[in-house]
Amino acid sequence: MKNLLLIAYLDVKESLRSKWFYVYSVVFGGLMALFFITGVSDSVVMGFTGLSRTLLIFIQVTIIILPIFILITTVKSISGDRESNVLEYMLSFPVSLKDYYWGKMLGRFSTVFLPVFLALILGVVFGMLKGGVLPWKMIFLYSALLFSLSFVFLGLAFFLSTILKSTDIALGASFVVWIVLLAFIDIALMGLMLQNRVSDDVVITLAMLNPIEVFRIGAISLFDPELTVIGPVAYYLLDTLGSTWLIVYAFVYPIVIGLLLSYIGYIAFRKKDLL
Amino acid sequence: MLAVAKDVTKSFMGTKVLDNVNLMINQGDRIAMMGPNGAGKTTIVRALLGFYHIDSGEIRVNGADPIKNRVDVLKHISFIPQLPPPVKLSIEELLSFVEKSSAISREKIFLESERMDLDLKNQLNKPFFKLSGGMKQKLLIAIALSKKSNLLIFDEPTANLDPKGREKFYELLTEIDPSCSTLFITHRLDEIEGLVNRQIYMDLGKVVEDEKI
Ligand SMILES: Nc1ncnc2c1ncn2[C@@H]1O[C@H](COP(=O)(O)OP(=O)(O)O)[C@@H](O)[C@H]1O
Ligand SMILES: [Mg+2]
Repeated sequence: MKNLLLIAYLDVKESLRSKWFYVYSVVFGGLMALFFITGVSDSVVMGFTGLSRTLLIFIQVTIIILPIFILITTVKSISGDRESNVLEYMLSFPVSLKDYYWGKMLGRFSTVFLPVFLALILGVVFGMLKGGVLPWKMIFLYSALLFSLSFVFLGLAFFLSTILKSTDIALGASFVVWIVLLAFIDIALMGLMLQNRVSDDVVITLAMLNPIEVFRIGAISLFDPELTVIGPVAYYLLDTLGSTWLIVYAFVYPIVIGLLLSYIGYIAFRKKDLL
Repeated sequence: MLAVAKDVTKSFMGTKVLDNVNLMINQGDRIAMMGPNGAGKTTIVRALLGFYHIDSGEIRVNGADPIKNRVDVLKHISFIPQLPPPVKLSIEELLSFVEKSSAISREKIFLESERMDLDLKNQLNKPFFKLSGGMKQKLLIAIALSKKSNLLIFDEPTANLDPKGREKFYELLTEIDPSCSTLFITHRLDEIEGLVNRQIYMDLGKVVEDEKI
């Protein structure tokens, strides 16, 4: 446990010094600031006002950027350490593979989750400065959804970078997974549904299995309880699950998948050659 | 017996890289391991350190399996890799990793560094990979020598050192506790001749020569 925390701590320190971390923080923090400066937060669009409107745009951006950011930086760091023999050196010291793997995971998680979370807090602070009632419940639930979105992609990144030995192949695989998941959010699903070639059940199942779609539906349902903005699949899910269970599912499902993927990655880390 | 490799075979993608390797390292052995590039020297060392799952055979280091008991095994081995890894941690952080994971005292590392004319105290916040090649190698050597090990493994340790650094390094080696065994992978037998008492020659994944000198 002592070594696990040590490795997590050192990973955080290493990330804090890296360029990707700054780009990442600036992107999310900057976006949030931009929304407020440009007055997105003041306009009334489609019935959304103030902070809700800002958060809604923030969600859309998060859906696209967060997964790929987590995948690329994590895969690069984990596979890169192996290819550059950093792993060989670090693991020639008496730390258990358990401590190393989960320590890395903990460290990485902190560095990918914190900037997004802080950007959200920044939004809240801006919102407070402008006055008005803050939607605390929404902010809390939204943080929880961000947490689980970050977690599932981190798990995926650890899975890919331990299963696939080469950095390039692992990066390529990350891109493919990301594109496929993005393609299968509501719009593409709706297309499938309209074509009538696949049954609605298949479409719904695809939607429920896709962590990006699950996050999207969950997050948007916080702002638009009727989900009028995002189409029939989401609407169907809301109708079947009810809004509470929808949020619970949107929070729990990605965590379960993230745990599963990172655990398989851990088994591979222990059972396969380390280098 | 410190380390034993018995009939060890390991293939990468269908190519046998270790072919029935037998190797025994005893206390007090100072081994120079030589052989052409690709002979399998690094691979056998990595197998001893528990990095590879061998296809067949058996490996014991201090009586234990380096994969199943990796923490215990690695407590007593110091290892210097072939090329200094581009570790992004600062020196300070690297030292704290080494210190906490392996119970090495920082003072000892400073001491060993000073003896190689490596001034650490003024660059503790510098990332390790930004040091010059020779400085990196010296720091790795200082760490390895500070660890209380009974087996030191050096995979071509002097490849990056200037002649003066090499001289200093060999000077340090003469002071290693005689009960501690060493395994050098090297291309320059002439340089370490006085320091070794056994030489092993590998080629095509096999030990082709193993003799005391
Ligand atoms: N992780 C690996 N995956 C695939 N092939 C490897 C791996 N490590 C080493 N090899 C191959 O095994 C052979 C022996 O390599 P190595 O033990 O590094 O030789 P050397 O004696 O020069 O240290 C080389 O042909 C190398 O390409
Ligand atoms: Mg080698």
